[in-house]
Amino acid sequence: MSEAVVRFRAVDKVFGSGADATKALDRIDLEIPKRAFVSLIGPSGCGKSTLLRLIGDLTRPNAGTIEVNGKSAHRARLDRDYGMVFQSPVLFDWRTVMRNVELPLEMSAIPKRARATRAQEMLALVELTGFERRYPWQLSGGMQQRVAIARALSFEPAILLMDEPFGALDEMTRERLNLELLRIWQQTGTTIVFVTHSIPEAVFLSTHVAVMSARPGRILDVIAVDLPQPRNDLTREDERYFGFITRVRERLRGGDAARPRAVEVAAS
Amino acid sequence: MTFVVVVIALAAGWELVKLLGGDGFPGWTPPFQWQIASDLNMPHVWDIAAAFVEPAQRNGPPLGFVLANAAVFTFREAFGGFVFGAGLGLALAIVFVHSPLLERALVPYVVASQTVPIIAIAPMVVIWLQAGWLSVAVISAYLTFFPVTIAGVRGLRSPDPRAMELMRSYAAPTRDVLLKVRLPAAAPYLFAAFKIAATASVVGAIIGELPSGIREGLGGAILNFNQFYVSGPPKLWAAIIVAALVGISFFAAVRVAEVVMLRGRVAVAES
Repeated sequence: MSEAVVRFRAVDKVFGSGADATKALDRIDLEIPKRAFVSLIGPSGCGKSTLLRLIGDLTRPNAGTIEVNGKSAHRARLDRDYGMVFQSPVLFDWRTVMRNVELPLEMSAIPKRARATRAQEMLALVELTGFERRYPWQLSGGMQQRVAIARALSFEPAILLMDEPFGALDEMTRERLNLELLRIWQQTGTTIVFVTHSIPEAVFLSTHVAVMSARPGRILDVIAVDLPQPRNDLTREDERYFGFITRVRERLRGGDAARPRAVEVAAS
Repeated sequence: MTFVVVVIALAAGWELVKLLGGDGFPGWTPPFQWQIASDLNMPHVWDIAAAFVEPAQRNGPPLGFVLANAAVFTFREAFGGFVFGAGLGLALAIVFVHSPLLERALVPYVVASQTVPIIAIAPMVVIWLQAGWLSVAVISAYLTFFPVTIAGVRGLRSPDPRAMELMRSYAAPTRDVLLKVRLPAAAPYLFAAFKIAATASVVGAIIGELPSGIREGLGGAILNFNQFYVSGPPKLWAAIIVAALVGISFFAAVRVAEVVMLRGRVAVAES
């Protein structure tokens, strides 16, 4: 229990007020274990991005408590516990690839030399060595997203929050980046919370898939995906992989009977 | 290159108008009589060119030399006005972007300031600051700060909301957000405004010279040649050409700075 990195207790999120108020999230209880890879999946408007933003303290809950590493989400943000990756890479086009990766480091008291070394390491991690002096617009979409991942990991955050990071990429690039992300996850030991629309992607990547319903957003079920690690291309051909995909799909389809449930801490 | 072609085309058109409706010359009576095309109203291109090398006053230095000195003098004032104006304009934009309250409170006055004619403001500034370089620069700044403020507010607000959230997730202080995200994102907008401000600052400096009684600049020269227009029309035209050249040079200098500062960016690479 104490191993949970993120802990939601009866969290409500409401947008708007008065008659226009819509409940985006309804009594969310959720625990994310350390080093887990948790995917949030559900129909559009189910509040999965909102849930991610609540963890990252980019928005505040209307009720309930959120704890991150045993402190408030706000404190965790000030302590720079989060790395964020969005659907668009959000790179700064006036900075080279290298200086984009260095950006978060510039805000801590890290000497220039150490910053450069660290950025080099991160670029090596995402296999972009040799592209340091390029500008973002000179790279393909997949490469840009890898730069964004390198930037998010550069300051060694405790949690990586990813909001449909591969949603805008083509299928082949996406599958390659999935493998890369798993390798990075294994190497760094970061906890990852990952929002996606794709059931196969969620199953392939995750240790836990949180299935959500829309209006109001609820967690219907948390499915522990105990496919063997490390996963690779063969995983996608495993029968149990398809079994999990079917389970998630069925949960998404007929979920209204289920109650919110906490993540069971799985041995990972 | 295109600039030279346009200048030649303009001169050719000018002379064509004179050929068709001007005063004519021995052996040629123009088919039309247009008052505007007379030698008094539209001196010949070669007369204007010749005016540059002829003495401005009896036994004085050539007009071109006088105007060059005046141009340098006026450019200094205009540059001062540009720096004051751009600085003030950017400062206001930064304040407005960070304080919606001040924005709501002050923007109407900023807009109103531009509806007051500069001719009305200029004499007051001269009274406050005394005639001289400084008052002319302040008058010039009055014309230049406005486009910078408007473009600055727009540019400083231009970053992707995700970029702002990213900075928030780093717990970045306001100063870093300004220096590392807002200002670089605003740079293309600011340079567009700087180009407007550069040309406006020359106009402002010339107008500012008039109530200040400064005679050394282009404003003084234009006023002078205006008074004695009948005795030498090409001189005023020569002064106007020099004033235009000052504005064009300033504009070009800003453009060069823009290319240097924004190199590596998509927008510049494409143009």
